[in-house]
Amino acid sequence: MSQLEVEDLEVYYETEEGPAQAVDGVSFELEEGENLGIVGESGCGKTTLAKAIIGILPDAGYINDGSINFQGDDLTEMTNAQRRRLKWEEISMIAQSAMNSLDPVYTIREQIVEAIETHRPGTGRVESDEIVTEMFELVGLDPERADDYPHQFSGGMRQRAMIAMALALEPSLMLADEPTTALDVIMQDQILKRMASIQEEINSSMMVITHDVSVVAETCDRVIVMYAGKIAEEGPVEEIFDQPYHPYTIGLKRAFPNIRKSSQDLLSISGYPPELIDPPQGCRFAERCPMATDKCREEEPEAHYKNGLRSYCHYADEIDAELRPYADDPTTWNQAAAATDGGVGE
Amino acid sequence: MSGNDVLLEVDDLKKHFKVNQGWIASLVESFGSGEPDYVHAVDGVSFELREGETLGLAGESGCGKTTTGMSLVKLHDPTAGDIVYDDTRLSEASDAEIKQFRQNAQMIFQDPFESLNPRMTVYDTVAEPLRIHNIRNETARVQRALEFAELLPPEQYYDQYPHELSGGQRQRVAIARALVLDPDFIVADEPVSMLDVSLRAGVLSLLDRMTDEFGLSVVYISHDLSLLRHMCDRLAIMYMGKIVEKGPTDEIIENPQHPYTQALINAVPVPDPGVGRERVELQGEVGDVIDIPTGCRFKNRCSEYIGDVCDQVVPPLEAKTDFEQDVACHLYDSAEGYDPYQDVTGSPSAAETGEEPESTPADD
Ligand SMILES: Nc1ncnc2c1ncn2[C@@H]1O[C@H](COP(=O)(O)OP(=O)(O)O)[C@@H](O)[C@H]1O
Ligand code: SF4
Ligand code: SF4
Ligand SMILES: [Mg+2]
Repeated sequence: MSQLEVEDLEVYYETEEGPAQAVDGVSFELEEGENLGIVGESGCGKTTLAKAIIGILPDAGYINDGSINFQGDDLTEMTNAQRRRLKWEEISMIAQSAMNSLDPVYTIREQIVEAIETHRPGTGRVESDEIVTEMFELVGLDPERADDYPHQFSGGMRQRAMIAMALALEPSLMLADEPTTALDVIMQDQILKRMASIQEEINSSMMVITHDVSVVAETCDRVIVMYAGKIAEEGPVEEIFDQPYHPYTIGLKRAFPNIRKSSQDLLSISGYPPELIDPPQGCRFAERCPMATDKCREEEPEAHYKNGLRSYCHYADEIDAELRPYADDPTTWNQAAAATDGGVGE
Repeated sequence: MSGNDVLLEVDDLKKHFKVNQGWIASLVESFGSGEPDYVHAVDGVSFELREGETLGLAGESGCGKTTTGMSLVKLHDPTAGDIVYDDTRLSEASDAEIKQFRQNAQMIFQDPFESLNPRMTVYDTVAEPLRIHNIRNETARVQRALEFAELLPPEQYYDQYPHELSGGQRQRVAIARALVLDPDFIVADEPVSMLDVSLRAGVLSLLDRMTDEFGLSVVYISHDLSLLRHMCDRLAIMYMGKIVEKGPTDEIIENPQHPYTQALINAVPVPDPGVGRERVELQGEVGDVIDIPTGCRFKNRCSEYIGDVCDQVVPPLEAKTDFEQDVACHLYDSAEGYDPYQDVTGSPSAAETGEEPESTPADD
């Protein structure tokens, strides 16, 4: 049995115009010790998915349907109190902005110790202090600075303190939402490296949510590409990068510059993701897809399994057989942009 | 138009901010010693911008990229140093010459939502610079600028307000506004970092077209080296207010020489799971630019540190004998014959330097 099994999950937000289907029928599994990357544009439902799993959806958000099985228990059936216990102890979240997750009026040490004592009653102060020291060393912070307040830390140090806190209870699952996006590249590199070694040490699994496909390429075993609340494609990281079948994955990959390549044509995916209040029938990517046909606009694509990948595109077979060079060519996409919206082109 | 003519020359530019003033004072209260401290945001930067080129300014946050960029378009007055434009030193320029310079030097900012006036329509936003500079043919020029920015048809955007536009469209309006005066160069400070990845290429191609079709020069400021490699002809890498390495983009990315540039480029993740990456661990964090250390600013984090010369002598950014780019580091022999060891005081002691003298470059 997998550690985490998400099945047909629907997470909606109540709005004045009706429910916005932020996560709409998402299913996946996460094995113990595995790293799963979730990529996609802002608004595609990545953070909502993570918040639903850890049980911190805002008031307007609710799980409409589906299940989240974590180590055999369905999280959607638990009371809030039960879920809060699980939080930190078993599942911890590293948020994008450490400043919002750390309390400015307490020292870092006080906050970590408090988390330890709430979730593991009976842990003595001496032991808690030892954990703080150990975690600070793991993330490369000077343990003597544990008595500082968050504002006395630089952004990079705060992010590391946040990670130290998330790790203090040795969670079996870490959800990292853009953990390094706010950091400079050297700090990002160091933190990702440390997270990987800590993870190995405590054998936890991790879900990394990011817009940065290169971070996913380097840290994840498997990737889910999300688009407008749905999974577009899912599979092992090598296959997703080498031989994707979904046009959106192909486009996204080609939109990213690679520091190792001297000349490269970047591709721009024209248009915007659809409204989630009244999403289009058929494939949600159809409006922006250069390969879309009438069938795409009418019928929702089913999963297409091949080569370890799960791809939701009607034409996955054709792309595999002959259309890949066409889908991989930036001019294909740019012409589609000019044809559809006279070049407003985004 | 020849791509090699120099458009603008930046000569030992410095911009210092007094610390005990305004918002930054609260950040550094703990330093409070009575006498004013200075943030050495830009501390002796020299480079030239050539006609039709895209020059990248790279480095981590706080290294002085934005301050350099704002000084280039005279949104800051330099503390010292100068900018030479059209054979005129701006420090000695007349009001009319400054006015003309301002018309030719435009800037695009990271966050188009902040840089556009929320109460101005697209038309007025783009027309405003024309009114300030008393330039006629307003409607035709606004229309052309919006067309260039691929906001089509332009008339459809005239009466819209920034909040009615998407992030990508707002950045295009900012580009149209910057272009409407037909400037000679544009400083673009992280122009796409707030945009979704899928939309970036569209805005980037506009910047490309500026240089290709109109021969404009662009100073592209970013911390994203993958993007800079894609966009720029030449790169300048900044660290704590100084340029540490400068040269052709491919040279710097593929063959970096300064230990800081090497660490920076090594840290960039690669969007290809098959590519392994050597990871170099860098000590510590960037120091503050208030108490500037003697000698090389990178010395406390440098794995190549070679003793007194690094500790005492500021390495000048200069041509070296063995490669194309300019580097500010004592590891390499100066092409101009400068010998930094002549500026070392006292005899180097092995105990202090912590390195054996044999690791210093030979003086021959
Ligand atoms: N108006 C200002 N007053 C005081 N300090 C400033 C001001 N603008 C920038 N700084 C400081 O100057 C340094 C360089 O900043 P900046 O040019 O914004 O770097 P970058 O763009 O590379 O992030 C930083 O220490 C920053 O806090
Ligand atoms: S189903 Fe059609 S519209 Fe959707 S991704 Fe595939 S080709 Fe494009
Ligand atoms: S001058 Fe010395 S300390 Fe500075 S980068 Fe070169 S070797 Fe390192
Ligand atoms: Mg900046």
